[in-house]
This record gives sequence, C-alpha cells and structure tokens, in this order.
Amino acid sequence: MLGSLDARIPAGSLDSKWTDHKFSMRLVNPNNKRRFDVIVVGSGLAGASAAASLGELGYRVKVLTYHDSPRRAHSIAAQGGINAAKNYQNDGDSVYRLFYDTIKGGDYRAREANVYRLAEVSVDIIDQATAQGVPFAREYGGLLDNRSFGGAQVSRTFYARGQTGQQLLLGAYSALMRQVAAGTVELHTRSEMLELVMHDGRAVGVVTRDLITGEIVSHSAHAVVLATGGYGNVYFLSTNAKMCNVTAAWRAHRQGALFANPCYTQIHPTCIPASDDFQSKLTLMSESLRNDGRIWVPLAHDDGRGPHEIPDADRDYFLERKYPAFGNLVPRDVASRNAKTVVDEGRGVGPLRNGVYLDFSGAMARDGEAVIRAKYGNLFDMYERITGEDPYTVPMRIYPATHYTMGGLWVDYELMSNVPGLFVLGEANFSDHGANRLGASALMQGLADGYFILPYTIGNYLSDFLGDPALGTSEPVFADAEQAVADEMNRWLSIGGTRSVDHYHRELGKLVWDYIGMARNKTGLEKALSEIPALREEYHRNVRVLGSADTLNQSLEKAGRVADLFELAELMARDALTREESCGGHFREEHQTTDGEAMRDDDNFTHVAAWEWNGEGTPQTRHREELEFDNVELTQRSYK
Amino acid sequence: MSAEINLTLKVWRQAGPNAEGRFVTYEAGGISTDASFLEMLDIVNERLIEAGEEPIVFESDCREGICGTCGLMINGQAHGPQKGTATCQLHMRSFSDGDHIVIEPWRATSFPVLRDLAVDRRAMDAIIGAGGYISVNTGAAPDANLTPVPKETADTAFDAAACIGCGACVAACPNSAAQLFTAAKVQHLNLLPQGQAQRWARTEAMVETMEAFFGSCTNHGECEEACPKEIPIDFIAWTNRDYIKAKVKNRKLVG
Repeated sequence: MLGSLDARIPAGSLDSKWTDHKFSMRLVNPNNKRRFDVIVVGSGLAGASAAASLGELGYRVKVLTYHDSPRRAHSIAAQGGINAAKNYQNDGDSVYRLFYDTIKGGDYRAREANVYRLAEVSVDIIDQATAQGVPFAREYGGLLDNRSFGGAQVSRTFYARGQTGQQLLLGAYSALMRQVAAGTVELHTRSEMLELVMHDGRAVGVVTRDLITGEIVSHSAHAVVLATGGYGNVYFLSTNAKMCNVTAAWRAHRQGALFANPCYTQIHPTCIPASDDFQSKLTLMSESLRNDGRIWVPLAHDDGRGPHEIPDADRDYFLERKYPAFGNLVPRDVASRNAKTVVDEGRGVGPLRNGVYLDFSGAMARDGEAVIRAKYGNLFDMYERITGEDPYTVPMRIYPATHYTMGGLWVDYELMSNVPGLFVLGEANFSDHGANRLGASALMQGLADGYFILPYTIGNYLSDFLGDPALGTSEPVFADAEQAVADEMNRWLSIGGTRSVDHYHRELGKLVWDYIGMARNKTGLEKALSEIPALREEYHRNVRVLGSADTLNQSLEKAGRVADLFELAELMARDALTREESCGGHFREEHQTTDGEAMRDDDNFTHVAAWEWNGEGTPQTRHREELEFDNVELTQRSYK
Repeated sequence: MSAEINLTLKVWRQAGPNAEGRFVTYEAGGISTDASFLEMLDIVNERLIEAGEEPIVFESDCREGICGTCGLMINGQAHGPQKGTATCQLHMRSFSDGDHIVIEPWRATSFPVLRDLAVDRRAMDAIIGAGGYISVNTGAAPDANLTPVPKETADTAFDAAACIGCGACVAACPNSAAQLFTAAKVQHLNLLPQGQAQRWARTEAMVETMEAFFGSCTNHGECEEACPKEIPIDFIAWTNRDYIKAKVKNRKLVG
C-alpha cells in the first residue's frame, strides 16, 4: 500500500534546488549509456525532444508512435507561442516572475519546486530551438520579438506567426530524425502502445499493436517514458486532434501508476462555436488574438441586431469592465467562465446564440489592416474557411472549448511516476500547471521535460541497473501482456452490436461536457457517476466493430480508446465531486465568491489528489500529496 | 447560409496493400454545406456501419490544416478545389447539389496504398533523416539573440518552413517528385545563418535521397498549385542552384 505521497523534492532554497540536485544525482558514464534501453512512447514536443536528447547522450532509444510520422503529433497544432524568462524586452521579467505568474495562474495547486525549475530552464529552450533553426518572429534589427499572453503583464512569449507549435515540433522532429539516421534511435511508426509490462514492481516494457498488420509486439527496456499527451477528447468535441486519447496513460494507471487531478481540465476561451451535430472537432483561435481583439456581447438580452448595428453604448466589453487591469488578457479559466455567464444570460451572438464577439475593428483602425493581417493573417484565413465569414469585416464569433488537461499521471520531482522505471512527460503528467495552465506554457513544459529534465533524471534511476540486461521479451510477463491485447481485440470484434464507436464517444462527450465541463455541481457530478457507467455498460454490450484485427481497422483502434475514456470520465467525476472547492479550471458552483469568482479552500484542499486503480468495478483510492508553499503567499487570484 | 445537398461519391476501396482496388459508388444524401469534407465522409461511414459495411479508411488528425495527416485526390485535384486548403478544411459549401465526386488516395509509386484512401509516406521522413536538420546537441546552443537574423530572411525561411509534409506535391506531380517538400526543408535551413555549416552537405544528401525514392522534378509547377500552404516553387529554383554549388563544394580530395 502507498503511504502519503513523497515527491522527493530536494532540500535547499527555491533557486538552488535544481542546480544542487543536478550535482547530487548519479551519472551514467558515456560508455555505459549504450548499454541501457529506453522506450519513449509518443513523438510530440516532449517525446521527440526526450528521444533526441537521450539518443545524443548515447542511450539506445526506441520511439513508438501511432502516427505515420513523428511530425504529426498534436503539439504541431499549438498556435500562439512559448514563454521564456529571457527579459529581452526589458519590461521587468525574470525567472522568479515567470515562476510566480505560473504558480498564481495555476491557482496555487502546483508544486513550487517544479514550477521554479520550469521557469529556470525556459531560457535554454529558446536558445536550443533557435539553434535548430526554428524561425521565431524577429524585429527589424534581427533580434527576437515577443508578445504578451493571458495571465502576464510582461511580453515574454516567443512565437512563429500562429504556428509556433508546428515550428517547435519540426525542430524537435528534425533532431529526432538526425538520431534515427545516426542509429541511436529506432523509430516505430503506426505502433500503438496497449499494455505497460511490469516485473518485480518496475516498468520493463510495453506491448504494441501494429496498426497496419495488427501484429502484437513486445518491447523491453530499462525504462519506459510516456509522452502521450492529454485526455481532452473525453469531451468528444475539443480542440484536440481526432486521434488524441488517454490509452497509454490509462493502461499504465491500470498497472498501478497513480492518476492525479483528473478534474483539472482547461476550457480555452477562443474557439469557433459549434455549428451542428455532425461537428467532429472544434477549432481554436489563438489566445494571441486577445492582444488586439476586444471581446463583447450586446448589453441587451436577445439583441437581434447585427454587430455593426449595435452602437458602442449598447455593447458590453465584459472582460474590460470586470477586470480593468488585465482586461481581455485575463487567464483562460476566467475568460471562459465569463463567456459562459453572458451566453447563459441569453446575450450570446450568432445563429445559435452560442458565442461572443472578438472584434478587431478598433485595432484595424489604430494599426491599419496590413498590420493585423501580418500578425494574424493565417488565423483569419482559417476562420473564414471554417465559418464562411470574413473576420476583417465582421467580428469573429468565439466560444470556449476543451483544449488542455492539467491532470495526468502523478510524477515526482524527477518526473518518475510511483511505478519505478516509468517516467511521464509533457501534458501526460500532472506536474506544473496546477489547476489552470497559462497560455504559451504547454510548449515550454513539454520541451523543458524532454530536453532539460528527463536527460538528467533518468540517469539517476538507471545507474542502479548497471550491468543488468533488459528483461527478455520471451519472459512470461510479455507473453501475458500480448495475450491480453489479443483478447481485447477479439472481444471488440465479437460484440456484434448495433451502434458505432463514434456514436458512443459522442454521447459520452455530451455527458462529460454537461456535468464535468466549465462549471460543476454536486447534483450534476452525482448524475455523471450514474449515467456514465450506464452508458459504458451499453457500449460494451452494443458497440459494433466490423472487420478483422489483422489489418488497418480504424473502428477497432477507436474502440479501446473510447473504452478507456469511459473509465477516465468516471474518475474525473469522482475527483471533481471530492474536491469541494473551486480552483482554476475546476469550478464548483457551490464554492464561489459573491461576484462569481472561484473560491478555494486552502485549509482542506492544498493538495494533489492522486488516484490508485483497484481493479474494474471498484472505485479508485484517493491519495494525497500535500503542497507546501514556502515562497509565495496563497491569495485569491485577482486580475482586477 | 447552410443548405443540404445530395452527392454521389465514387470512392477508391482497396482491402490491403496487395489487394486489387476498385471504385465503389455511394449516395451521400442530406449533407449540410457547413460540414467539412471529412465530416461528410464521417457521415457516410456512420451510415455504412449501421448498414453492416466496413467504413471507408481515410486518415486525418488535427482537422485544422496543420498536421498534414489528411490528403485525398478529389476529382483529380490534390486536396480538392479550394486553393491553399488542406482536405480537412475544405467545406461542402464548395460543392453543389447533385455533384459527382471522385475520391482517390494519393497516387505515387513511393506512396503505396495501405488500405482504401490511406497511403504510406515514410519516404518523406527518410529525406529529413538525410539532412533536414541542424546538428546541435541539446544544451550546446548559444544565446538565442547572439546571431541577429534579418527579419526578411527569417520571414522567408518561415515561408518555406510552413510545409506540413502532407505529400500533395508528390500526388500532383506528373513525375511523382517530392521536390517541393524537399526544397522547402532545404531552403528553410539554408537561408538561416544557423544552417550554413551544413548547407552543402545537406543539399546534396536531401536532393539525392529524394531522387532515390521519388521521381525527378522537371518544373511542371503542379506542386505549387496543389500545396495547401501555397509554398512557392522559387524554393525549388534556389535548391537547384544550391545543389549545383554543392556538387562543387563537396568535392573530396582524390590525391
């Protein structure tokens, strides 16, 4: 049984912990590195940067991804930028300020030591990416440009037009492909991890299914690294890519890895509103738009007039009104919740009355259309392709949508889960964003974990196993795991029900959005806890998966992923129900201030909730990791 | 405004890499013009599953035009009729009631069909592995502002770097060359000061790896028309110039 969770945070002052710890960790000498096998699952920013860095160091690395190429990972879709405490703008930024903004932005539900380290290494990421050829935006003098993002009063965000994630991922992917060509990294595309293999309480490998041939393959290693992203697709409609799922993390959870803070999900304020039932995903419009766009709705309920017919006096710029200091640049959770409030009041805009305006007419009058086009042209074009409306002449319509999940597998300071040998990076872990992630911090965290943290900490674990070969894949634990995967495939194919996997996924998403969405309450969460298992039971009885397992079969791939999302959704509801407070993205309607702001309960909930799997049909056990704040004072976040 | 249209689809079905393929006709009725092209296929697939038929395999992921996973030949055009638009961002308002739409996978020897509309594009990764990088180990980088890069240079490098690696250029090319893909990556790195140290080695290796897998470029220009990111073929011209220079600069001593 687990005692209270120990994150193994090093002693010492905040600004010396990481430096001291790097010195105290054991090293693996260059000749010994090539005797260690490391599996990296996932090829996004965290996975690709980790695999490339470990390959450069001399480890034998195997990268497993279900994509046809590592470059497809969903990091590619991040638009706005990446934060770093470079203070190139001379506007008062520092490592401490980035740390402080991130801790505050996360509503004081993240570890001080982790967040400080993140802010510390942020500056190295920009150097690394620039050296790789990432074409960040520049000033006319040739130096790097910055812009500001929500939750900050300095300009510390580096960007590459509206495609920063793409350019950073292509940088990490190129570093990865360099190692593939050099022979230090073995790349397996279209390989989906379906089991984590354990031996003597340690992670010793994984079992994958080849998505083209259906072949079930064992892979053994001294350590397994999961960099498999978030679980936003539990809502069905989200800004995540269609294939994003929780399966790798969830299968690890079922083998004993704790799942932390699943109820911390982020609803991004600026997405294109849903248009109809056939909608397959929602599209984000970068938060950077809030630098120049003004958000408003009509003052009057059910105002039928078009945006141009509504004079300024009849408009409510509700973020500027309520938060004069931060205005349209309040953090995402605050912006989203306020948009929900005005739409719920009946002041929404658009044909379905399900959006708010994001208006650039003021910025275009001030700076000229050419300047706005240069900054946001690709986003405006994308908006027009999707909606058929021209945002240069008609204000954009936006509404919040699920975008990122702060929860994930529990990890200690060294990014190792409670399962020895299992490391978790990027969005797949829970560590750095607390209850709400600030804009432009996801790219920072993924690359910090992969380039600058794991390459140090993994050696500290591996040095215990010097001279031990990795467990052979002929061992019974691998055969058992392979059999489990084969049985699962046969089970899906033999149900012979009547409705598609997508049908159930969509129905699940509606429940999760209604009950565990932007605002939650006890009644809704209890409903979720009865309705989700009921739908899950029907899913396992009535889903229709056609075809066979020995070929490319997309319904079969999705069947297992959706089954895992069902189990996760139930845990989200339980986590949200237990956390009797509002913090960041977790807003419990019972816990709010008189003016509708989130109200934390620091006496009872300044901790991480990490859930332990107890087998199917038995609720998970909740463990706690107490959060200690020695450097910042816990206050109610104020962006006024 | 949204309307509903009825379509007849002629879709390439192929059970596996070595199976015979054929066109199968499907009626797709009551499709909203607000749906994306892939959402239209989702609807068709949902109906096929209800009818007990295996759904059409097609690939997609981000559905916002950036990951490069999707890609279909639509009425003979890579990514369909809308310029500068990937298949996932093409919407049904580009079509009319009663239209017949022919849907095929990318056609190229170096992109073997895996099933139905899905193809294997790993040859493109091999081109990147041949030199599509700047060799800088993690931790070895100097301060990012040490080397100023003129804004115009950075912007042009970005124009090349915008490539999403979808393979439309190959599918559109009469020779099935991946020259636009290769040139975009070569020029992204060759234009930047950071990319100079490996400029000539990179150019030779990437161009020749491209030629080993794909056909040769003979300047038809179809790639530029098909590119969802509208990457100009100027980059091909610049790469051809760099390639000739590289052959001279990469000479080895024979003595």
